[in-house]
Amino acid sequence: MMQTNTKRTFLMALGSAGLVPLAHGVPERGKDATAPGPAMRQPYFPNVPVTTHEGKSVRFYDDLIKGKVVIINAMYTVCTGSCPTNTASLLSLQEALGTQVGKDIFIYSITLQPEIDDARALKAYAKKYGVQPGWSFLTGKRDDMEMIRRKLGFYDSDPIADANLANHAGIFRIGNDRLGRWMMVPAAMPTRQALVSVLNII
Amino acid sequence: MSHPDTPSQPKRRQIMKAALAASGIGFLAERAGDAAAWGSYGTVQPPATTPFVEPLPVSGQKMPVASLNPPAQEFAAVGEAGRDPHQRWNTFPPAKFYQVQVLEATHSFHRELPAQPIWGYDGTLPGPTFVARVGEPILIRFYNMLSNTAYGFGSPEICPHLHNGHVPSESDGFAGNYYSATKFGPTLRNAGAFYDIHYPNCYSRYDISPSTNGDAREGLGTLWYHDHRDGFTAANVYRGLAGFYLMFDDIDSGNELDTNPKALRLPSGVGQYDIPLVFSDPSFDASGMRVFDQFDPDGFLGNKFCVNGKVQPTFSVARRKYRFRLLDGSPSRFCEFYLTKSSVDQTFIYIANDGNLLPAPLTLSKVRLAPAERGDIVIDFSKYPLGSQLFLENRLVQTSGRGPDDVQTPGTQLLRFTVDSEAADNSTVPSTLRAIAPINTAVASVNRYFQFEKRNGSWVINGATFDALTPAFAVKSGSTEIWTLKGSSGWHHPIHIHMEEGRILSRNGAVPRAEEAGRKDVFVLNPNDEVKILIRFGDFLGKYMMHCHNTVHEDHAMMLRFDVVP
Repeated sequence: MMQTNTKRTFLMALGSAGLVPLAHGVPERGKDATAPGPAMRQPYFPNVPVTTHEGKSVRFYDDLIKGKVVIINAMYTVCTGSCPTNTASLLSLQEALGTQVGKDIFIYSITLQPEIDDARALKAYAKKYGVQPGWSFLTGKRDDMEMIRRKLGFYDSDPIADANLANHAGIFRIGNDRLGRWMMVPAAMPTRQALVSVLNII
Repeated sequence: MSHPDTPSQPKRRQIMKAALAASGIGFLAERAGDAAAWGSYGTVQPPATTPFVEPLPVSGQKMPVASLNPPAQEFAAVGEAGRDPHQRWNTFPPAKFYQVQVLEATHSFHRELPAQPIWGYDGTLPGPTFVARVGEPILIRFYNMLSNTAYGFGSPEICPHLHNGHVPSESDGFAGNYYSATKFGPTLRNAGAFYDIHYPNCYSRYDISPSTNGDAREGLGTLWYHDHRDGFTAANVYRGLAGFYLMFDDIDSGNELDTNPKALRLPSGVGQYDIPLVFSDPSFDASGMRVFDQFDPDGFLGNKFCVNGKVQPTFSVARRKYRFRLLDGSPSRFCEFYLTKSSVDQTFIYIANDGNLLPAPLTLSKVRLAPAERGDIVIDFSKYPLGSQLFLENRLVQTSGRGPDDVQTPGTQLLRFTVDSEAADNSTVPSTLRAIAPINTAVASVNRYFQFEKRNGSWVINGATFDALTPAFAVKSGSTEIWTLKGSSGWHHPIHIHMEEGRILSRNGAVPRAEEAGRKDVFVLNPNDEVKILIRFGDFLGKYMMHCHNTVHEDHAMMLRFDVVP
């Protein structure tokens, strides 16, 4: 896994069209012509206050998303359904990404039960799973957490299915805020493939 | 925050729907609740646009180049993305070479909207139209000229796929084969600025009958090419990466004056009397810039209708027959098209479903298409006096990615035809079109069952999401199989199978309607539908896919890899 990682990182670091000869008569790659309209740059995520499992109070957009590459999932500490496997899968992804997590890439887990999951409960959860730095578990006011969940697409449009916690989203939202580029990776996806998705969005 | 399903909402939506229909826009401009909208845009209210002032653009025909440098070859060249070698390279030596640049360019959707960036094949939306002939293999070199740092939805690695193509795996646009000069997908060996795609342009069943290029009963017509980048297909295609690929042979020869007795002499002349029409539904914000929702897993619906990249265009026609090739190129919207004159429904001749000529034409007054489905129709404008105006309208109401609701009259007028000239017409629509092979289920050796449903926020097939590196199953080349496609409650899924077409054996136990009784590559699953198909694989090996063509569902991983093995 690490081998792939290193190789890919290296290739991406090389990353310049100049290394690849273009056929005669084909124009050079354009410079960043994708100047988005001002509307496109508006922050999508609410800048609500959230608390990390370390007890730090931060702003969701400004402090956690802005300018960063992030991986986000949803969970709650007493979940006995999909959470343990999802957390294990995210742990494996964190391990594969190595030291980039906390530096270039940040992982966030938002709780679906903010009333139960205070910072202490989240910290105990993180400790239990051996979560490494660069991965924060987040709680906050119910309404704020609900807004974040919906913005991430972690919902079911059928209100009955949505209210069923056992059916909660088992997906990772992966984004590069600098590029305004977002995608989804199912939590069940093999780590090697999730890794490629993350490295290709940097 | 309003919840999309609060009881007050449907009523308000109904009112808005009615108001908008009356205003001639006929579109639910508001997205279903804040959660589904592109963030702080909240409710997306686009600027008004005057219908039927933009002429219908008809894409130019893509022209070949004399040679490529470096020359096309079996094995990936230096600088090319790390693909597998071309299969059957010596069997299907390319007769023509093309070069396509995938570019960001400026596009105007309407004169009353700001010109804005799109991604396009050769920088156009839709891309140039390829005109291919059976027995004439081609090679297309796709250069990825997009910027790494392109901002917004989509991802600038590309993966060109020929939808409905009977093509080798390495040229199929397998979702893991995306590339740019610096990045590459999990099923390629290295990055590359270009990728050579090889289309043999043979009929299916080539191996059974190589001397005739395969079985002419498997002949294809209206195909389209579009991006298939894993995880970003909806956004990349929406950005503009789609175009037509039309196939001809000595039956559907594209020549009204053809003296070959086999030739059908359908209305001909690509861009003249044979017109591809791609329908799409982009969403514009208040400033008139196109927006997309990268987070709503249900699907994406726009707030204006485009035909060939223009909002509600107009098309001048002569008093004669035309062939129109309709494609629903939208991510999630289903359409039901009607042809009207002075609000009275008109009939037309329906000749092809999913681009395949039917055994015999049907006279219809409506055609329903799901995302990625095609339907070819012939309209005879000689029935109408000079000065007549006709409209192609969509009457299917759809308010969420779940699928269409109901048919509502009047619908939204998408395209206006103005009959304003006379022209000779040597075309015919014979009472028999392309012969179809009899269905023989006795030869089917394998039965497979596929359940399409939502689970834990993603879309699954038999409980699994897409894994580019592991086939869900393997099929033996030359084998015939029966596949049962099963939908789930509350959702529509247009299921697309790569490489080979299937025949519907039954839909919910009943025989399929005439429109879908021919060969198909998109099988619409309405809620809880069970569709049984017969499908045979051959000629090429490797990895292929089956997926939902609501491309938002596809990107939320409702896709599987299957391998065709010797």
